[in-house]
Amino acid sequence: MSVQKQALLEVRDLKTRFYTFAGVVNAVDGVSFSVGRGEILGLVGESGGGKSVIGFSILGLIDPPGKVDDGEILFGGVDLRRKSEKELQKIRGKEIAMVFQDPMTSLNPLQTVGEQIDEMLRLHSDLDGKARRARCIEMLSDVGISEAEKRLNNYPHQFSGGMRQRVVIAIAMIAGPQLIIADEPTTALDVTIQSQILKLMKQQVREREASMILITHDLAVVSQMADEIVVLYCGKIVEKGPKQDLISKPAHPYTQGLLGSIPKLHDRQDRLTQIPGTVPDVRNLPQGCNFRERCPFAQARCAEEEPEQHALDAGRSVACHFPLEQELAP
Amino acid sequence: MLGYLTKRLIQMTVVLWVVSLIVFMMMSFTGDPVFMVVPIDATDAEIAQARRILGLDQSLFVQYVKFLTSIFEGDFGRSYVFRQPALDLILQRMPATLEMVLVAMALAVVISIPLGVYAGAHPGSRISKTIMAGSLFGISLPGFWVGMMLIYLLAVQWGWFPSSGRGDTVEVFGMRVSLLTADGWTHIILPAVTLSLGTMAILLRITRAGMMEVGRQDYMKFARAKGVAPRDVLFRHGLKNSLIPVVTIFGLQIGDLIAFATITETIFSWPGMGKLLIDSIYRADRPVIVVYLMLVALIFVVINFLVDLLYTLIDPRITLK
Repeated sequence: MSVQKQALLEVRDLKTRFYTFAGVVNAVDGVSFSVGRGEILGLVGESGGGKSVIGFSILGLIDPPGKVDDGEILFGGVDLRRKSEKELQKIRGKEIAMVFQDPMTSLNPLQTVGEQIDEMLRLHSDLDGKARRARCIEMLSDVGISEAEKRLNNYPHQFSGGMRQRVVIAIAMIAGPQLIIADEPTTALDVTIQSQILKLMKQQVREREASMILITHDLAVVSQMADEIVVLYCGKIVEKGPKQDLISKPAHPYTQGLLGSIPKLHDRQDRLTQIPGTVPDVRNLPQGCNFRERCPFAQARCAEEEPEQHALDAGRSVACHFPLEQELAP
Repeated sequence: MLGYLTKRLIQMTVVLWVVSLIVFMMMSFTGDPVFMVVPIDATDAEIAQARRILGLDQSLFVQYVKFLTSIFEGDFGRSYVFRQPALDLILQRMPATLEMVLVAMALAVVISIPLGVYAGAHPGSRISKTIMAGSLFGISLPGFWVGMMLIYLLAVQWGWFPSSGRGDTVEVFGMRVSLLTADGWTHIILPAVTLSLGTMAILLRITRAGMMEVGRQDYMKFARAKGVAPRDVLFRHGLKNSLIPVVTIFGLQIGDLIAFATITETIFSWPGMGKLLIDSIYRADRPVIVVYLMLVALIFVVINFLVDLLYTLIDPRITLK
């Protein structure tokens, strides 16, 4: 893997805040990362870690009381934050598409699946009705739906959950986007369906040489899929790096904690390791390191000074005063 | 579908029968219609004769059975006062009421739905707050007051519109229609506006509530992520999803307006069937009242049936059983 891959998306110092009655929430607090062309990036963190907000921030879909306050979102070298709503509409779906978490609710219940796929082509292509229909059928069979032509006239409620997510993926892929943002794409699905959908997504992304940001709380999912991993905690990046290194040698105690909570097939464990405590109240974050109260290695310095992001070897960086060095047992 | 239709038809027959029964019973308590027909100085013999001619000398039960049997022969009875078939009297006046209701409902829909969608999509904005305040007036101001104010300002003070009557009509398929003449339109505007205000306000509030609910759904955000323009997200994806309650109320309101446009018709001297009902009640003209109320019940049943059909068109998950 070349180190100097040209970045498709570069997010610099992104800050998204929600101005609620109860106070200001720094949902995304100075996050920087980049996604190379053809690369799959995993955004990992617990619920409430600001993962989804990053996805919506990129697309300019943060609704009040939320607001992207600061930072740059360079897509192909151009800052999306400087684009008008009209220009963004041409980018959404066509350049950057999104797959939502719950396929039961992300499809419009009153439109046929065909109409909803076709809407993408109507918005983002010059094809005529006949050609669009042919494309829709082709796309639907591509995502593994049999009798695609007949299924176009069905409504979402006539599909199972996994099938619906395939439809959502078809919608995301059909306009040929360069970047897919998948927000917990398998969380709402049965475990047996999850790996099928993940495989399908990976195959679709690779075939089209597109890039993907995979947002999930599940490190196991990410380890199957991603090239690069970014670990978030309380709206900040605590660690990022290539998948292999990060999983085999986590540098941040939080990453290690997440890894420890994945069940392993061959180990006989009575109880999974868990990270003690809960995510702190985002409106009222502690001084110093946000993870300190749950960290088994916390020291006095962690309470006083917030750790800065600093580079480790081989494209990795971590925000911890005392990064781990030991090899995790394979 | 066939089973559903049969069920609906049976229901309808039962409803109509019950209405006829209730009205018949009620009317027997409201005074003797004979005295509305005979002159004040009529002799006992004349009164008895009139009673016999009207069929009122028989027992209520016999009268009712006669009424029912003649219905099956297509005879809905004659007005005591006009000595004309009751159904004809009503049908003559029906087009006037129907066209006023039509214009009123069209006004209500055209104005309330876009405003409701806007207010639902931008609940905090100043324009939405103004719209909602306006709708409160629409709900709370009584129709007779609004009608009188419209007459006072637009007809009397400024002379923009005529204050009463129906204006020129054109005969179409044997019905007198005023919507095809300019004069007819100037006459219909004020009563139609008066009639529509309440409905407009209700539909607006329901549309808004529906849109606020739908606005939180994932598919709305997904539509935006597809690159759909915000207005299309609202009208293409949002509106249809919030339409079920709107259509329900719409149906009930149409029935309501057709049946009970009485007040507006009285204020504007509109020669519709609401005014006929009031006059008939004053004169204890039972045949007209019975047929009128049965017709109204029929209208309600038919509209509800159409609304049910509309449900299935709007939402593929709904089927008629």
